[in-house]
Amino acid sequence: MTLDRSKRGQVIRIISLPDEMTRAQATRFGIPEGTVVTCREVIPMGPVVITRHRQEIAIGRKLARLIGVEPVSSGEQCAAADSL
Amino acid sequence: MDCRELGKKAGMAGNTRYIVVVGNPNVGKTALFNAMTGLYGDVSNFPGTTVEMCYGRVGRDLVVDTPGVYGISSFNGAEKLVRDLVLTADVIVDVVDAANLERDLFLTLHLIDLGLPVVVALNMSDETARHGLCVDRKSLEKILGVPVVSTAAVKKEGTEALVGELSAARRGHRDPHLAGRLPEMAGELGTSEAMALLLLEGDAAAAGTLDLPPGSEKMLLYNKRRVRANEISGIVYGLNQQEKSFLDKLGQVMIRPATGFPILILIMGLLYLLVGVLFAQVVVNFTQGRLMEGYYEPFIRTILAGYMDLGSPIGVILTGQFGLLTMAITYLLGLLAPLVIGFFLVLSLLEDSGYLPRVAILMDRLLSVVGLNGMAVIPIVLGFGCVTAATITTRLLPTDRERRIAIFLLALAVPCSAQLAFVTAIMSRLGTAFFILYVMIILGVMVAAGMVLARVLPGFSAPLMLNVPQLRLPRPDNVLIKTWMRSWQFLKEAFPVFVGGALILSLLRLTGTLDAIQNSMEPITVGWLNLPRESANAFIMGLIRRDFGTAGILGLPLSAGEQFVAMVSLTLFVPCIASVMIIFKERGWKEGFVIWISVLFLAFLIGGLVSRALWLITGVVGPQAPVLMIGMLILLAAGLAGVAFFSRRV
Repeated sequence: MTLDRSKRGQVIRIISLPDEMTRAQATRFGIPEGTVVTCREVIPMGPVVITRHRQEIAIGRKLARLIGVEPVSSGEQCAAADSL
Repeated sequence: MDCRELGKKAGMAGNTRYIVVVGNPNVGKTALFNAMTGLYGDVSNFPGTTVEMCYGRVGRDLVVDTPGVYGISSFNGAEKLVRDLVLTADVIVDVVDAANLERDLFLTLHLIDLGLPVVVALNMSDETARHGLCVDRKSLEKILGVPVVSTAAVKKEGTEALVGELSAARRGHRDPHLAGRLPEMAGELGTSEAMALLLLEGDAAAAGTLDLPPGSEKMLLYNKRRVRANEISGIVYGLNQQEKSFLDKLGQVMIRPATGFPILILIMGLLYLLVGVLFAQVVVNFTQGRLMEGYYEPFIRTILAGYMDLGSPIGVILTGQFGLLTMAITYLLGLLAPLVIGFFLVLSLLEDSGYLPRVAILMDRLLSVVGLNGMAVIPIVLGFGCVTAATITTRLLPTDRERRIAIFLLALAVPCSAQLAFVTAIMSRLGTAFFILYVMIILGVMVAAGMVLARVLPGFSAPLMLNVPQLRLPRPDNVLIKTWMRSWQFLKEAFPVFVGGALILSLLRLTGTLDAIQNSMEPITVGWLNLPRESANAFIMGLIRRDFGTAGILGLPLSAGEQFVAMVSLTLFVPCIASVMIIFKERGWKEGFVIWISVLFLAFLIGGLVSRALWLITGVVGPQAPVLMIGMLILLAAGLAGVAFFSRRV
């Protein structure tokens, strides 16, 4: 699914980013492909806000439609948390 | 600009050490810079305040503060500036937010990989404690291979230790793969290791300088660096289980439209009460009405009357209608000063609280209508303080197309604090209906112009990707200092313009040139805008500064409707000389001129249309015209929105 479809509070893994520029910026922010993040807020028609640790990143709706994500099950979440 | 050029500009000797302070946005670079140099710079809790650098001296060293960046490359104007500075620095102070190590270490590792001499300032360690975090400074130092100093820059803690460690700055532990490869590559290419790395990472400017094709390993290297940053932060952090604080929850509520828009309206309402009512009416009535016009002006006239004939040319220049000692000083101190202080107080509060990025999230959808993303909220809000500064801030927008749109909208429809000061003063006399109508017209023009530009200009706008800082309670001392420094700066710049402008007007009047200009502008002022011919003065002065032009309206005996038309035209009028120079500098002569002429044309066009509409409707319904016009505009907007909605569905 894509990021704009995720629900508030859902834990997701970022699978694909649309282009080089976004990928580079996401890597700098600390959310490259493969990162597990929490969907903090989905503004209707507006941006999606994701968090990772104490960081919040707002992603515009148009871009969110192009970002592939997958839900992370609760078992995996613990594994992800352990590996940090 | 690199450090040597900067050093020349600052008149530094040959043995100067160049110390460049870098870091992610909003980690406290400027606060640290201030603490190190004892100088003042703006400190703000939102990305993008420092778009130009400031510099200060510490002994024989030159310390440079830079805009916040997330890495070294040339993704936007600010990054290019930082890249050139760090490549030529003797010491780089990398400021990292102790609570956001994972994000910030990417830049740190980037600097270390470039082989540059680095000292890390582990800043905001005090806030880290609040989050229930602790950072193992010693391990961090060992892993990075460069000195790490704990600082709390806003409290001026740790800065002395930092200055002491500057000479210990060194190249840190690079990615082992790069450590073997870069020296070799640099030797072959006859360049620095830093340039070699930038080339590998596909930096266009490095490729241009070396005249080689850009490398294609950006993502590979970026990913490795990201993995290392995550690993390191995993090692040096203690655990982070924390309760959600009240500010966290507030921050969340502020970005949900259902609660966020009411909060936005509430905050705007409070700010209006503060500036529009308290400062613009209560304070100004006292300073302008009582102090300046009640005591100061009669006092000056009595004193001077003892020495000269006030009707003589000199007397007119000093105390006449545009008197240097009367009008210029009264407007400057009695009216402009309190209002500008009010506006900058509000702006500083907004910045330091971290509220603006949340407004950016809320407004992202709406701003996309005019071809901008939520980030553009920052230059536009700043524009209400100073259009010149805001025009520079547009550098933080990612694409040229967005900068073009934002600069045009700033020039056309965003009145700066000085002009707002006069607008508020005049509007508070005209009444609420006119005020609402004014806001609607200016906003309407802004949206319409933005929509047209978004359609006409080629390309696409970049999507929003914004790091949202923590919500903070602004520190009163920081807010007050900032307000004062900015207001002082503003008034210092306005002073010569007001005095010079008043002098020119008096001279034009005494030589009869004013009459000639008024006559030649008659087709526009009288014929098209339906204003008395004297209003030409306001427009002439408006060419230098819109606020000075607006001030000119205060002195004219105009009806409410005429004042309103003049107000709308002057708000849309070309911005002050300083802004125009910046526009030319940022966009080049050709585009700058096109912007300037278009703004001038639109200001008169819309002013005239408003005048005609107001005249027509007043003829039918009398003094209720502004209320009716508000209703008509709402219907028009609703109609257009409806058409847009249904045409998209079909």
